[in-house]
Amino acid sequence: MTGIVPTEDRPRRTIAVVHAGLGQPSSTRLLADRLADATARELKALGHDVTVEVVELRDHGHAIIDAMLTGFPTGDLARDIETITQADGIIAVSPLFTTTYSGLFKSFVDILDKDALTGMPVLLGATGGTPRHSLALEYSMRPLFTYLRADVVTTSVFAATDDWAQAGDRTRRDDGASSLPERIERAGRSLAATMAARGEHTKRDDPFASTPSFLDLLGGD
Amino acid sequence: MNSASGDPLRSTTIEEHSIMQFGIFSVSDVTTDPTTGHTPDDTERVRAMLTIAKHADEAGLDVFATGEHHNPPFVASSPTTMLGYLAGVTKDITLSTATTLITTNDPVRIAEEYAMLQVISNGRMDLMMGRGNTGPVYPWFGQDIRQGIPLAIENYALVRRLWTEDVVDWEGKFRTPLQGFTATPRPLDGVPPFVWHGSIRSPEIAEQAAYYGDGFLHNNIFWPMSHTKQMVQFYRQRFEHYGHGRADQAIVGLGGQVFMRKNSQDAITEFRPYFDNAPVYGHGPTMEDFTRDTPLTVGSPQEVIDRYGSFIDDVGYYQRQMFLMDHAGLPLKTVLEQIDILASEVVPELRKIADAKRPEDVPANPPTHAERVAAAQAKGAAGATHVGDGGDEFTGKLAEEAL
Repeated sequence: MTGIVPTEDRPRRTIAVVHAGLGQPSSTRLLADRLADATARELKALGHDVTVEVVELRDHGHAIIDAMLTGFPTGDLARDIETITQADGIIAVSPLFTTTYSGLFKSFVDILDKDALTGMPVLLGATGGTPRHSLALEYSMRPLFTYLRADVVTTSVFAATDDWAQAGDRTRRDDGASSLPERIERAGRSLAATMAARGEHTKRDDPFASTPSFLDLLGGD
Repeated sequence: MNSASGDPLRSTTIEEHSIMQFGIFSVSDVTTDPTTGHTPDDTERVRAMLTIAKHADEAGLDVFATGEHHNPPFVASSPTTMLGYLAGVTKDITLSTATTLITTNDPVRIAEEYAMLQVISNGRMDLMMGRGNTGPVYPWFGQDIRQGIPLAIENYALVRRLWTEDVVDWEGKFRTPLQGFTATPRPLDGVPPFVWHGSIRSPEIAEQAAYYGDGFLHNNIFWPMSHTKQMVQFYRQRFEHYGHGRADQAIVGLGGQVFMRKNSQDAITEFRPYFDNAPVYGHGPTMEDFTRDTPLTVGSPQEVIDRYGSFIDDVGYYQRQMFLMDHAGLPLKTVLEQIDILASEVVPELRKIADAKRPEDVPANPPTHAERVAAAQAKGAAGATHVGDGGDEFTGKLAEEAL
């Protein structure tokens, strides 16, 4: 948790950071943290208090497969899914393995309720060995979240190994692309703007409250 | 005989002894015993189920229920054939289903077959409707799983009419229309069987059960109690909403799963290979995790008593507790031993706990046939017992008017 002392006047926004980095330390975690910092900074500048909750999927590796086999998540995993689905915005970051997000990352998304992320502001990030894989964000990760009807912000951030070499350097890269810090800031601003523009996250529909009455079921189509 | 016709004292007699029912239900899976490599053939498995049901009756359990499946590795495709036979060779046990497929069976056949079972068993039966969750089964019977809920609703509404009205004109979306159709035999004493609705995730089915004042069974064997509580609470509220009584008077059943030995550690050691290789949850969570998160209890009879005795605190007093015992390749001998432990050491204690926790004006048990007949007669709502009779022998009313 980061953030400043909450006050009555400043509306609160919760950012859930979910990442599938495996290493210790993990460059995926590093990217996720930077994206969270950039978003939180911008939200504070826009007059919000910010809470950041980080979910490391590595910690839930076994539990994710168990949930897939049994049909329900339990324990810490269930609690973290609640944290993510009740957040005001999500930063989702995966390493790219064999051309796409990792199996762990996808398995986690697979056990979420298909409606759990509807309308959720989401910022995507990915890490990989070389910049040649950067479009995986656009051809695989973005469609995944579009399918879930999440509100994915336009800028997504890919960090290759050599991006980190220039990480402190805000000048243009040799190939003319924006530097990693610039991209992170742009992405953070974008997610912050989307989150700030909305009211606080309201609880998802209660499935019991939205069950039609039996007379409607009998007569309805 | 159990039939209550002409014996108004019958229901009082029953009530004195009535308490929560405890029974076993089978999914009829053919599974290799992981400790011996033995796989029963279909005949062996079906006969094992018959032995198990007879044994449960002799041991004093209250209910035996069979699943209905139309795909391997399950063998129980024809519940009323099995239950009809069992009606003849058992004495006291209530015969039921878990579940009868309300979606893919022709509702006309359900009405006929279960009325026949009711007559043959002299009312010693009820049944539980379920949708079935195996996608490919639907098209084999000309249906579409995406229509699961609408099928369950339309089909069951027709089953009820076929049981309560002598002559039915009917038209719906999923079945050939009926003109002047009479389902025979007419229900025993003019009162249809008691019906449960089983659903794990769909509030619509809890809503359906509540609307009709039928029973609702949440088969929670693969689910945490937090989820079960929500579903049961929803059903209870809707039961009250539709005017069948207070929420806590609704008829609720739960699923369960146990493996017991005198010493806890022996139970754990013996059951672990079956757990680790079981269909559905095998090769997933550890047995320790799964026993923590679901009603599965592996240990001593006392541990089972402590755990299951507490479920009333979660969902309110409920009327039927079912246990899954013959699955995952457990040998017949072991299953029979488990039934003995359940019936002799666990159920008597659970009955005491249930009795102590039951509020006085909450039904102790799901309504038996005799109780339903008494209630229907009191309301003047028992239907015809003979085709073309059309009137009720007690009130002279037509079945249609009585509704």
